[in-house]
Amino acid sequence: MIEIREVSKSFNSHQVLNGLNLKIRDGETTVIIGRSGCGKSVLLKHIMRILMPDSGTIFIKGEEITKLKEKEMNRLRLKMGMVFQGGALFDSLSVGENVGFGLIENTDLDKGTIAKKVKESLELVGLGGIEDKEPAELSGGMRKRVALARAICLGPEIILYDEPTTGVDPITADSINDLIKNTRDKLGVTSIVVTHDMKSAYKVGDRIAMMFGGKIIKEGLVKEIQESSDPYVHQFINGLSIGPITETSL
Amino acid sequence: MKSFLEYIGTEFIIFLDFLGGLSILGLKTVSSIVRYPWHRVRLFQQANRVGVDSLPLISLLALFQGIILALNTAYQLKRLGSEMYIAGILSVSMVRELGPVITALILAGRVGAAITAEIATMQVTEQVDALRTLANDPVRYLVVPRFLSFSVMLPLLVLFANAIGIFGGYLICVYRLNIASRLYTKIAFDSLLFKDLYVGLVKSVVFGMIIALVSCFEGFRVTGGAEGVGKATTRCVVSSFILIIAADCIFTALFYFLMP
Repeated sequence: MIEIREVSKSFNSHQVLNGLNLKIRDGETTVIIGRSGCGKSVLLKHIMRILMPDSGTIFIKGEEITKLKEKEMNRLRLKMGMVFQGGALFDSLSVGENVGFGLIENTDLDKGTIAKKVKESLELVGLGGIEDKEPAELSGGMRKRVALARAICLGPEIILYDEPTTGVDPITADSINDLIKNTRDKLGVTSIVVTHDMKSAYKVGDRIAMMFGGKIIKEGLVKEIQESSDPYVHQFINGLSIGPITETSL
Repeated sequence: MKSFLEYIGTEFIIFLDFLGGLSILGLKTVSSIVRYPWHRVRLFQQANRVGVDSLPLISLLALFQGIILALNTAYQLKRLGSEMYIAGILSVSMVRELGPVITALILAGRVGAAITAEIATMQVTEQVDALRTLANDPVRYLVVPRFLSFSVMLPLLVLFANAIGIFGGYLICVYRLNIASRLYTKIAFDSLLFKDLYVGLVKSVVFGMIIALVSCFEGFRVTGGAEGVGKATTRCVVSSFILIIAADCIFTALFYFLMP
């Protein structure tokens, strides 16, 4: 269980998160939707404690991460994986070294075992045999798959996805959606997916939470969100240019 | 007048902010060096990049520096008929001052700027954040190998540059000014005291630390995309140059008054 309580965050004078509350249930995929720049990625970075909140608390598996020492947080991070929007693969390392990075740096496993785990992770995302390629040789979709392989190589219990289908063609986007579903089904992980792609949200999500004004304004099962009468949710999920979201922004 | 004072005040606050950030990064780096094992492979990679790869450029410029210094000194001493002392002036100047400063400035431009561009690109493409999510401290992974490499390789490069610079002076003195080869060598080395060497090496260690910290710091604090990376690289070179010259001024004064 991940629980976010009254989390606020400002950058200079710009309030991004404003007393945000959210509970993520174990083994489920929760999709966080909202307009670009509304703070979805910032929220993910708070869950990984890449960013610290100005106020509020975040609990992961019962531990209040805002109070953990860096060493304790790193222990928790090894149970989590994050897939960044552009993949964030390390340019100076090969695909195999990227995928095995967490194991190489944080475990005492021998090279053979790590190579085996890297191979398994790459095969799970449908990219077996590309260990020796450089990240620069990969397409956008392949980079995201490799990033997912890197995230799952450590055997995480929680995976965070930041805009997994942004910037790829519709067919690749659909295969990434399948991959997110398969990863949850095969590994039983808790997933948080940040996106503004509603097709992806409906496909991968068990629950959807909508962010607006630095808060979660609506949260529920996919069907509940689809049938919601909330004017903000209605405008966003139907992609309407006129409605309370744009009026408030103006 | 008010706007001028505001400008000075703002710039001073920005400077203090920069120094504060740099000091914090320095403390984190030293703490990481003491507390955690070093990443040997990355350390050797960086040492190779800072030291071995810079050797040809350092050699060429040190040679030119020695030649220029010999010619300029000869221009003055010729009037006094004391050209034979060029060797002593040149060797002391190279070892105490020019060797460390010129080598540091070259490395700041050649390697420091490249490090800033590399880390800044990692920052804007979220690779630094990815390091954190994989339970790795970016300071330990990125800064420590660079900091140690600069601190060790810069003094070694300075020793090399000193020798090449003195050789540059030798070429002018022996082949153009007709000073005997043995006389040049004797005066060049007899004029040098151990403390001259010590002063130059202490300075070069400090300069190395400055370049490593400034280049990493500017990389980490980049904002924006490609334009931000370009600005960070420029800031790295300018800040490194200013801090190297300022540190040189402070150390020269300290050594002059404390070790006359």
